[in-house]
Amino acid sequence: MKELMLGNKAFARGLYEAGCSFVSSYPGTPSTEVTEEAAKYDEIYCEWAPNEKVAMEAAFGASLAGRRAFCGMKHVGLNVAADPLYTMSYTGVNGGVVICVADDAGMHSSQNEQDSRHHAIASKVPMLEPSDSAEALRFAKLAFDLSEEYDTPVIMKMCTRVAHSQSIVELSDRIVPERKAYEKNIPKYVMMPGNAIRRHPFVEERTEKLRAWSETSDINRIEWASSGDKSPVGRRVGIITSSTSYQYVKEAFGNAVSVLKLGMVNPLPEKLIREFAEKTDVLVVVEELDPIIENHCKALGLSVHGKDLLPICGEFSQNLLRDFLGGLIWGHDADRDPSLKVADQIPMRPPVMCAGCPHRGLFYTLSKNKCTVLGDIGCYTLGAVAPLSSIDMTLCMGASVSAIHGYNIAGEGENEKKTVAVIGDSTFMHSGMTGLANIAYNQSNSTVIILDNSITGMTGHQQNPTTGYNIKGDPAGKIDLEALCRSMGFERVRVVDPYDLKACDVAIKEELAIEAPSVIISRRPCALLKYVKHNPPIKVNKDKCVGCKSCMKIGCPAISMKDGKAQIDTTLCVGCGVCEQLCPMGAFESCQNKEA
Amino acid sequence: METKNVMIVGVGGQGSLLASKLLGRLLLDAGYDVKVSEVHGMSQRGGSVVTYVRYGDKVFSPVIDEGEADFIVSFELLEAARWLPYLKKDGQIVTNIQQIDPMPVITGAMEYPEDLVEKMKATGAKVDALDCLKLAEEAGSAKAVNIVLMGRLSHYFDLPEEAWQKAIETIVPAKFLEMNKKAFELGKNA
Repeated sequence: MKELMLGNKAFARGLYEAGCSFVSSYPGTPSTEVTEEAAKYDEIYCEWAPNEKVAMEAAFGASLAGRRAFCGMKHVGLNVAADPLYTMSYTGVNGGVVICVADDAGMHSSQNEQDSRHHAIASKVPMLEPSDSAEALRFAKLAFDLSEEYDTPVIMKMCTRVAHSQSIVELSDRIVPERKAYEKNIPKYVMMPGNAIRRHPFVEERTEKLRAWSETSDINRIEWASSGDKSPVGRRVGIITSSTSYQYVKEAFGNAVSVLKLGMVNPLPEKLIREFAEKTDVLVVVEELDPIIENHCKALGLSVHGKDLLPICGEFSQNLLRDFLGGLIWGHDADRDPSLKVADQIPMRPPVMCAGCPHRGLFYTLSKNKCTVLGDIGCYTLGAVAPLSSIDMTLCMGASVSAIHGYNIAGEGENEKKTVAVIGDSTFMHSGMTGLANIAYNQSNSTVIILDNSITGMTGHQQNPTTGYNIKGDPAGKIDLEALCRSMGFERVRVVDPYDLKACDVAIKEELAIEAPSVIISRRPCALLKYVKHNPPIKVNKDKCVGCKSCMKIGCPAISMKDGKAQIDTTLCVGCGVCEQLCPMGAFESCQNKEA
Repeated sequence: METKNVMIVGVGGQGSLLASKLLGRLLLDAGYDVKVSEVHGMSQRGGSVVTYVRYGDKVFSPVIDEGEADFIVSFELLEAARWLPYLKKDGQIVTNIQQIDPMPVITGAMEYPEDLVEKMKATGAKVDALDCLKLAEEAGSAKAVNIVLMGRLSHYFDLPEEAWQKAIETIVPAKFLEMNKKAFELGKNA
């Protein structure tokens, strides 16, 4: 049966067809849907783990038990899971292990643009790279076979454009391999020095075996140019490429160039590349981000173009390739019509905190108190955007809680009077807890605010250990944040409602003033959650409004100024009442107050 | 057949996903190779959103680049103007005339540009502008703006009416089917 399927969904279908029966992941754009779609198959056990390291170790455990296992994450998630990855490379697997890592060239939804292929090379783990949904499905199945045949975890590298584009796939049935018996094998699975020393040569031999496999496998294929072997300028141009870059090459140049399309990017073939190079006059590597295939070619002694012609930053596209390689291939620049444009400057439309977002009231209070705010990863990173402009630092998951400790100690008593760390509930469970343990242990006077909106928001509402529900929406264990913080030794743990500006203000002032470490839990569920009941929209009393714009300080998309007066977009307003508390004229009226 | 390019643009939360799902289904059933590409993650947060739909004998790139779109279907007027550089010289815009103020306009830092339909036409673009919100409400729900736009787009597609109807029946839940069929008709005949 033919279907139009999202790359991530096709990946999940591949897991299903391959008989994968254990999935543990942490959400992260653009990888999240692989696990969400896998969870729709009743035959596969699926879970959200607190972080990527836990997910990968859980998958390893399932592999030990003899099942095919999977874990998925975004590129930066693989940094968190790097520790188990690098040593699982040594132990190998029992049941097959496949790892999804989704890169985000162009940084549509990420804090950096790292190239995950470096992790595959450094950990000596094979990496496959599909270029559309059909390959995502096929490679997922192949990855399990390779994993078991070569005794290794296998990474599948997705990217935003493959993960989040739909193309046509053909479906097959699920075949579940028999569960492999677990056999005690201390030299293989206990990685203490004496054993690991013996496993390392195995890893090196495995890489060479996989390289030999890659020389002849059809996932690396050559598509020769059709126009009499030569480009319009009489040169035989050969392009080595993979992933979505392959699609851009074909789109831009069709059959005017020969293409070596790589489906496996670690280890890279040698003979195949040499053979391809011999039949071309000019060799170009087209790869997004770092020059990894290019450097491999150079190490083989080949003369090759790559980052001398193409950018190292950002995504590619067909126009980008036409612009940068057109001269080389056609002998002239790309000829394109000038773009149509209206003369007006088009106002930007950046993402904003939603109307009724519980984070808004808290960030307003932090701005008002001129706090230094060490931030973290999640929707609340939007607290850095004007007019709130509240956040001073965002680094990586959990860094707010760890960094405030260092910042306050080094500040010698100055910083702690005005500095807070903010971190969401899911991010806190991911890697905020260990930072909090450091504060509890080494006793800095730090104030940590957990922004508990009862969901993993930014990636599209995934459950986490504090929500009380699992990935299927069924009741699950629920970690009590207050009890957790108290058990670490925090005597000052308090909960505030971020819709209550006065309560937020009091809590922040008191906890900053006190000479003790403290935790404030700012608790209110995300306004977009289906179970959250909204109040009727706020009304503006135009007679009372004097146009002072006090309400504009919170950056609510539902409030704007028209003819010198505030007005509310009733399709957006959820009646949270934060603006009402700001208005010095009492011009905002919630329906509840009217009834009272 | 050479690959055709349709861009669907709008503001996060306006329902462009259903429109691309409908188009994908329609074109798949018509026997084309199809790719549909969207950027997730920001869709709920009022940002500018864009979906690429490409179809033909063989489609390679999942994205549409500047100067390549045969059609731009826009849920909001400013977004049509924002993505205008992606239109081919002889391409067609189908746009809702609804205006949603972006943050720089809300805060008063910038003005919402005036007369955008006329200004887009002045660049040489073919512009079909209609009040989809009004038509959607007439059909029974403000949420049917996407189907109104698809109805209008069907004008320019060389596919039989039945194909569109079948795609709608496959995509839309049964209880909303009649309303959406009405929205499609209203858009088509607008």
